[in-house]
Amino acid sequence: MAISRDQVLHVAKLARLDLRDDEVERLTEELGAILDAVSKVAELDLADVPPTSHPLALVNSWADDEPHASLPLEDVFANAPAREGDLFRVPPTA
Amino acid sequence: MSSGIDTLRLTAEGAIGLVERGDVSAAELHAAYLDAIGERNGELHAYLRTVDDADGTSIPIALKDVISTSGIETTAGSKILAGYTPVFDATVAARCKAAGLTLLGKTNTDEFAMGSSTENSAYGPSRNPWDPSRVPGGSGGGTSSAVSGGLAPWGLGSDTGGSIKQPSALCGNVGLRPTYGTVSRYGVVAFASSLDQIGPVAKTVRDVALLYRIISGPDPADSTTVALPNPVELPEGERLDGLRVGVPRQAAALEAIEPGVRTEFEKALALAEELGAEVGECDLPLSFDYGLPCYYLIAPAEASSNLARYDGVRFGPRSEEDTYRHMVERTRDEGFGAEPKRRIMLGTYALSAGYYDAYYGQAQKVRTLIGREHAAAFETFDLIATPTSPTVAFPVGEKAADPLAMYACDLLTIPSCLAGLPGLSVPCGLSEGLPVGIQLIGSPFAENTLFRVGHALQRALDLDLVPERLR
Repeated sequence: MAISRDQVLHVAKLARLDLRDDEVERLTEELGAILDAVSKVAELDLADVPPTSHPLALVNSWADDEPHASLPLEDVFANAPAREGDLFRVPPTA
Repeated sequence: MSSGIDTLRLTAEGAIGLVERGDVSAAELHAAYLDAIGERNGELHAYLRTVDDADGTSIPIALKDVISTSGIETTAGSKILAGYTPVFDATVAARCKAAGLTLLGKTNTDEFAMGSSTENSAYGPSRNPWDPSRVPGGSGGGTSSAVSGGLAPWGLGSDTGGSIKQPSALCGNVGLRPTYGTVSRYGVVAFASSLDQIGPVAKTVRDVALLYRIISGPDPADSTTVALPNPVELPEGERLDGLRVGVPRQAAALEAIEPGVRTEFEKALALAEELGAEVGECDLPLSFDYGLPCYYLIAPAEASSNLARYDGVRFGPRSEEDTYRHMVERTRDEGFGAEPKRRIMLGTYALSAGYYDAYYGQAQKVRTLIGREHAAAFETFDLIATPTSPTVAFPVGEKAADPLAMYACDLLTIPSCLAGLPGLSVPCGLSEGLPVGIQLIGSPFAENTLFRVGHALQRALDLDLVPERLR
């Protein structure tokens, strides 16, 4: 089950990873081998089996609808790479 | 050892006794461990950073560096969190504090807990105290190395597919991955949320039970947590009469299990029989054939979603670029190491349009069947036993260049993780002078059974768990 270089580049774009050329090459090879191994799950006919998304059969874990304090703004921005007023500063979107 | 406290042999229970009787103060005990860390952490690299914590009234603890600690850098072993200083404690860290425990430091981990050796840590691998040329296992190799190297009486790890149990086996500790939902993940760096669990690592089963008592129970901040049906019991008994142990024939047949590991495992089963247990064969036909592929679709898929938050906007280092998009993409490429990138790519692919049903959807269905076949085995047996790891600790570098070989380290620990079941690894012998662990799997919330059995085995085996080279 090979994956093409173009597919790797497409997935990297979806994942917001600006991979270097050597990484694209290595990942094309490695992902091909890993996909080969994990594709084994396709061997099974599971049309009638429901999926499991969560190991406990929990239903509706409610929280009381009570207001409580959020983090102070100084804490929220404590780890921010760039701040402008009460906003996170980022480069222009285009 | 200047303090007269032998941190290599002192159990958490023993240490609590010393403090309660007033033989040593919490501060003296903390200092004794910091001395040991000063002596041996250079070689073992178990801790990424240590803390001179003077606030506690009880004994110290080591926390894996995926657990948020207010005011203390928490990196998850990744450069993308270098310098990140949480502004709040994870619930488990807060519960340790409330119990009077002092924080010794943050222990090394494979980056984002992805790995089986700590070699994926952006800060370099930890070493196995039994043989520093070998890995301590992973991802929680830092905590396990610290506990067996006498650098902490106990610690917390996180386990997604074996990250508590496997390093515990490789370092000769006891490690518990609790039933899914029994321990809060609030404030813990997320890897794969339908699998991640926090759990204790210590020298004895009783210590593990004691720490599990401190950290478990519902948390309003984590809606996946539930109340324990029974209080945690500290195990005392020596007999196992009436206990039914199932050994999956598919696991026993695996060629990947080293002969020395198999021998020690079988000796432990024979000992369980001597103590009164009945040992029989059970069937988990899909778990060991399809567990690994199932896990390596579900875990990376969830990881690709959880790791989307590392975008250089709110925390962590940022690569300066001219547009927002370039900034995010460069920050992520430069911040993540090879393994998280592999898993983000694999998971994004498995979730992408046209592939979702064939990969992630199919894996979730396999997960249902793995859960069902475990439930069927528990109709006949009280617990399931396998070796924890197919091999003893391997040399640093041996599997580092081969992702699939590294993934196979968790062959035996993964199936029960997919089923949400509790698992306890207990040291059961030595092979080539290196520790071997037996993995005990229970039905949901059967931690007390695991403790009872683990404790009886540990007492009967009476192994010296101090690494031979440090005795």
